[in-house]
Amino acid sequence: MSPVPCGDALPPPRPLRPRPALPAGGGSGARAMELPPGHFPAARAAAVAVEYLRYLRGGPGSGLRLRELQRARRQDIDDVGHKYYLELELEDVLDKDRTVSCTAEVLYHLGSKTSAPDVQLTVQGELRSTEEADKEFYNRIRSLEKELVAENIPDSHGNVPPELEPIHLLAWVASGYVIWQNSTENTKFHLAQVKHVKQVKRNDEDLQFDFVLLLHEMVSQEVLPWEVTLLWHPQRGARVPQSRAAGAGSS
Amino acid sequence: LQLDFWLAPRRLGLPVDIRVPFRSLQAVKAHLEASGVSYSIMIEDVQALLDEEQTEMLRSSRQRSVDTTTFNYEAYHTIDEIYNFMDMLVAENPNLVSKLEIGRSTENRPLYVLKFSTGGTNRPAIWIDTGIHSREWVTQASGVWFAKKIVQDHANNEGVASILETMDIFLEIVTNPDGFAYTHTTNRMWRKTRSRHAGAICVGVDPNRNWDAGFGDAGASGNSCSETYHGPYPNSEPEVKSIVDFVKSHGNIKAFVSIHSYSQLLLYPYGYTETPAPDEQELHELSAKAVAALSSLYGTKFKYGSIITTIYRASGSTVDWTYNQGIKYSFTFELRDTGRYGFLLPAKQIVPTAQETWLALKVIMEHARDNIY
Repeated sequence: MSPVPCGDALPPPRPLRPRPALPAGGGSGARAMELPPGHFPAARAAAVAVEYLRYLRGGPGSGLRLRELQRARRQDIDDVGHKYYLELELEDVLDKDRTVSCTAEVLYHLGSKTSAPDVQLTVQGELRSTEEADKEFYNRIRSLEKELVAENIPDSHGNVPPELEPIHLLAWVASGYVIWQNSTENTKFHLAQVKHVKQVKRNDEDLQFDFVLLLHEMVSQEVLPWEVTLLWHPQRGARVPQSRAAGAGSS
Repeated sequence: LQLDFWLAPRRLGLPVDIRVPFRSLQAVKAHLEASGVSYSIMIEDVQALLDEEQTEMLRSSRQRSVDTTTFNYEAYHTIDEIYNFMDMLVAENPNLVSKLEIGRSTENRPLYVLKFSTGGTNRPAIWIDTGIHSREWVTQASGVWFAKKIVQDHANNEGVASILETMDIFLEIVTNPDGFAYTHTTNRMWRKTRSRHAGAICVGVDPNRNWDAGFGDAGASGNSCSETYHGPYPNSEPEVKSIVDFVKSHGNIKAFVSIHSYSQLLLYPYGYTETPAPDEQELHELSAKAVAALSSLYGTKFKYGSIITTIYRASGSTVDWTYNQGIKYSFTFELRDTGRYGFLLPAKQIVPTAQETWLALKVIMEHARDNIY
């Protein structure tokens, strides 16, 4: 199976930041050192790669999950940052028997608190096609008379009503973007809960969902509310035109 | 029309029952009336009935059960239900189980520990706690399951029955009751205790940063509003102090396991320093065995290692203190899952999680029994 670079399949109107030219083979004398996959630095970089992929390739009909981090190396590039080389095995939570391999490069920029890590991915193998499910979801939402509103997905007991599972998976796409944009070597984020979601009807062909997402950050253990707007279209994929950390948490 | 026949047409003279979707209602009525077919409405709104049934099912799964056999282990429970469970377990097994009150929380809730013992005096013991971080609901739920499992094993003379011949087991299920109550009433994502200290702007201390091992060092926060606030001084939290006092006065605890979620990890000291624990090799090998046993049941993958290399630097943590007290087999578990549901693990995963974790715990307990120190 020839490798398919992720992101090639979708013509993105989304504003990806231009990548700085990286010195081939890494800067002055920096070799990539092997990292134990069980140690946290590799795990954090892998999480960023998966979240980025969720943003690129996720949708209401599929949710990617890291099954195993098989190999990790790190290269310290002078004046640039730390680059992680990862070999991942991924699965679709809705189709667990099928796994897919992915190699990823995650570059955390030196000293930068404001720029997102650069992620490049190559996926070997095919992810399940969700064209049918995507179209059905799209038509269902478009034909709703009242805009969809929901909260607490999952609820306190971990329940997600089946008809809200696609919304849950779209929240992963939205949180995938936010997590990718806000990750550093000292963070590890997961989507803890969709606190609130409201569909906003549009005049164009996109679906719009305004989310309040709770993101759990593992190192600080904080659960942080984020307001995120997600635009999604079955062929064009996802875009996050705006996102911001919401007000301070409760007492 | 999408008609759903609940009683299909069989022959002339027999009735037919049809569930009619709302949008086809007028059309069906018109057709029946025009054809002179009489009908009556059995159920006005099927969806309403289903919704009511759903609510009722949820309610009845939380109705107070009369014994630990009918108790619903596949659901999350309130603190009252868990405390009631404990009393029932003791009442049903008075020769094996007793309930100790080791202290009171900030909000004056009793801190209960179940003691499982077949006799002896101050036998070498194993300690297990769950729920020290209140939002980690699968842990308290697993603790309830463990309690019942110990009793069952003993009754059937299998599993941990052999361990109970020479050792006692102490199990604190709701280690942070104030926080737990708060997750039910107010904030499902609450982690800390509910203490208010002089000069602190915010409520609560992280009970897993409040222990006297590297207290206040990097890996905890001095800001009371932080989720990893270490508190004003070690053991400032009664939930922590009561365990410290218990461990010290018992003096014969040989294995100490503190259970958290989520991440699927088995961790051993240290969290506050990169210096390897003197027993690191043995703890690492024991972890490998425990994780293999856990994985054998449902294939759940766990990673393992020291706290500081595997997850993050953390100071003032429970098992760093217990290890420094000389309790060699000190472990922290992070149970299911790896982030898909996180703290909000579906209730149907409670029992599988408890079952697999129990296999790992047994490996640790058996090792402690077989390696006396």
